[in-house]
Amino acid sequence: MLTATATLPTDHRRLNLVIGGHVDHGKSTIIGRLLADTRSLPEGKLEQVRARCERNSKPFEYAFLLDALKDEQAQGITIDAARVFFKTAQRPYILIDAPGHIEFLRNLITGAARAEAALLVIDAKEGVRENSRRHGYMMGMLGIRQLVVLVNKMDLVGYDREVFRRIEAEFRAFLSQLGVKPDGFIPVSGREGDNIASRAAAMPWYQGPTVLETLDRFRSEEPDSDKPFRMAVQDVYKFTGQGDERRIVAGTIDSGRVSAGEEVVFYPSGKRSKVASIEVFSRAPQSAAKAGEATGFTLAEQIYLSRGEIATVAGQPRLQVVTRLKASIFWLGREPLVKQKDYVLKLGSARVPVRVEEIHRVLDASTLDVDDAKSQVDRHEVAECTLRTSRPIACDLASDLAATSRFVLVEDYEIRGGGIVREALPDAAGKGAVPFAARHHQRALVLVAAGERGPAMKADDGLLDAGRIATCLGLESSSEETLRRISEAAQLLRDAGVILVAGPAEPTTERGSVLEPC
Amino acid sequence: MLKPLEAPPVDHLDQLEARSVHILREAYANFKQLCMLWSIGKDSTVLLWLARKAFFGHVPVPLVHIDTSYKIPEMIAYRDRLAIEWNLTMIVGQNTEALLAKRTFPEGAVDRIACCGLLKTEALKHTLSGEWPRRRLNLKSGQYEPDRNTEPFTGVIVGARADEEGSRSKERYFSPRTNANAWDVGEQPPEFWNQYKTEFAPGTHVRIHPLLDWTELNIWEYIRREQIPTVSLYYDHGSGRRYRSLGCGPCTQCVESGARDVPEIIEELKSGKFANIAERSGRAQDRDDGGGLETLRRDGYM
Ligand SMILES: Nc1nc2c(ncn2[C@@H]2O[C@H](COP(=O)(O)OP(=O)(O)OP(=O)(O)O)[C@@H](O)[C@H]2O)c(=O)[nH]1
Ligand SMILES: [Mg+2]
Repeated sequence: MLTATATLPTDHRRLNLVIGGHVDHGKSTIIGRLLADTRSLPEGKLEQVRARCERNSKPFEYAFLLDALKDEQAQGITIDAARVFFKTAQRPYILIDAPGHIEFLRNLITGAARAEAALLVIDAKEGVRENSRRHGYMMGMLGIRQLVVLVNKMDLVGYDREVFRRIEAEFRAFLSQLGVKPDGFIPVSGREGDNIASRAAAMPWYQGPTVLETLDRFRSEEPDSDKPFRMAVQDVYKFTGQGDERRIVAGTIDSGRVSAGEEVVFYPSGKRSKVASIEVFSRAPQSAAKAGEATGFTLAEQIYLSRGEIATVAGQPRLQVVTRLKASIFWLGREPLVKQKDYVLKLGSARVPVRVEEIHRVLDASTLDVDDAKSQVDRHEVAECTLRTSRPIACDLASDLAATSRFVLVEDYEIRGGGIVREALPDAAGKGAVPFAARHHQRALVLVAAGERGPAMKADDGLLDAGRIATCLGLESSSEETLRRISEAAQLLRDAGVILVAGPAEPTTERGSVLEPC
Repeated sequence: MLKPLEAPPVDHLDQLEARSVHILREAYANFKQLCMLWSIGKDSTVLLWLARKAFFGHVPVPLVHIDTSYKIPEMIAYRDRLAIEWNLTMIVGQNTEALLAKRTFPEGAVDRIACCGLLKTEALKHTLSGEWPRRRLNLKSGQYEPDRNTEPFTGVIVGARADEEGSRSKERYFSPRTNANAWDVGEQPPEFWNQYKTEFAPGTHVRIHPLLDWTELNIWEYIRREQIPTVSLYYDHGSGRRYRSLGCGPCTQCVESGARDVPEIIEELKSGKFANIAERSGRAQDRDDGGGLETLRRDGYM
């Protein structure tokens, strides 16, 4: 009975797809119908749900195939996003059936953030509603780049082409304000199964693909292995107790690739070392790892590392290291986001206390109305803010690399909001000690050379030859004011990330030998 | 417009493995009192294997097994053999009180759901909290001894899959439980961009589900690829019957199937007789009422 099945869809990557849209517009019905019409349901499931509806004298709903929770069935509403496993001849899918009610926006976001493509459902009779627009906005912000709009319940409007056209025009106009270009609009009826798994005789005027055909046209997103290397350090493992002497830096690669022998730089610390080996368990040895892999490597030189660092490859575009940043934020907390409170920002594996320094503008994600004067961000609003972290963090700008620009805000143990770094800002004093030093690939230092001027100059020359940014500062004058100015200058240079070698301005007879970092 | 589909270069099992490993590492980094439930079944054994992947051959997390005393004996032998072979910290908990008082379904004292509640949910709750004795396998002597660690576990890794039944399809990777062990499914926290609920109030704990995106078929495909040892109860040894899912003897039925090894099980799931039959259809407690499992799970069932 064993037959070769080399072409089966399970050989393909799985595509995650979210279904969003306003409450009651028919998301769960459409998926339920899709499952039923493609015979994807487990045997007996449809009959079981029909029988239960009959027992409770409720009309049968395809949505009950997905709305599995008792409260969901009692209220006829989706509360939390369901993962539905589905496959076509082309490939396997996880369909994420999101709730449309505004109360459960966090669940839509949870579902949509896992998706690479989206279907957005609009009720033909009700037309474009508040959460049709809000979900469209959020999907864009969460990074979904493939979107098809389903105009549902066409049966309720007599399959009228004009209604479909009007909704398409209105929603296209809205999406274009967001810079989102949908991949298509399909008129459907979830209840009747029109244009879901098969073409609708009732709408001969529509010649495009059905929902089923549309799924197979979405592209699986490849991890970005050609972009700069980024890996948030999840941990450094050393299981010495088990007789294992390896010290392994572990993490999942967000983008790019890394190979044994390559020099890596960690931010925000700026520490560097070489990758000695890529480590694996029970798998063919490998000398490189790429985006999407959960990997680990050992280093040639032992440096102290901890969670919160992001690994990069030397010579590739560097990370921003900041304490102030401008970000787009969406807020889900019942209590508003305000300036006076302390929050925790989590980005990659970093976790730092953060405050809102400025709320620049607040946006209603549904109407796109902007308010420049608001001093707080209310639940479900989107805002542009300046944040200030209590320690430097490493990040990318959203325009450069998406994954390492995304963060969440935590308050009272709970994730209350999400954000995207738009801009790196200089720190409060207008300086950027950490970023500059990190950018120069060096640690800002003040070296004091005791003795004659020679050693200071020599050290400076040596550093410059080694490609460091260094300068020499004479320390002869004894005037207090001059010394104060010199020390201020030293401070500024250090903040700029420069290595400063300070020593006597004029040769003395004493022979200096010590170079001490301070 | 839509572009045509390109050939996918990454294997779907690699994708699943990477996500699970990432979640396991997040759990390990964030929860000091972390444990992993091991039911001896195929899913939690895959989970155990994934932990060895995540931690490069080691399992730095104690494994907790809730022994209902009705597990099939072969499962227990397999458990202790792997524990010694893989150098595991093996903890066992049990509702000895209910067993002594014979308050179980096989003894005829309570119904199936109540039995699950007592022998699994209650035992789990009190073993996790440290209130009830935890026994730990001495890897040298092969004997179980009282465990000195009685700290409550605040992070509990569980091998639940979203495709098993309705309420599991709505789970989070990191899913909080109240101090009464309850699951508030209407109030689950958001979870996005690889950021999880890793902070929790005192007295509460978090269930961690690294296998949510795996299907039964994926589990078997991975077992085949990685050559993970499994209990032989899953295979037909000539009687034309085998277990598809392992639980307690009295409540788990064999299925009629002649699948003798992993490739034959995979074939059966892909295009054979089980391609359209839900895995847990052999589990009696799922059927007693439409939301039976949801009720159990709200109270802390795995
Ligand atoms: N006439 C008609 N009714 C439909 C159609 N699709 C869905 N409905 C009905 O619309 C109601 C809501 O459908 P659901 O599928 O639950 O809507 P939903 O978008 O999933 O709702 P939430 O998840 O709660 O946001 C149900 O009573 C469906 O029977 C359709 O194509 N035609
Ligand atoms: Mg719904």
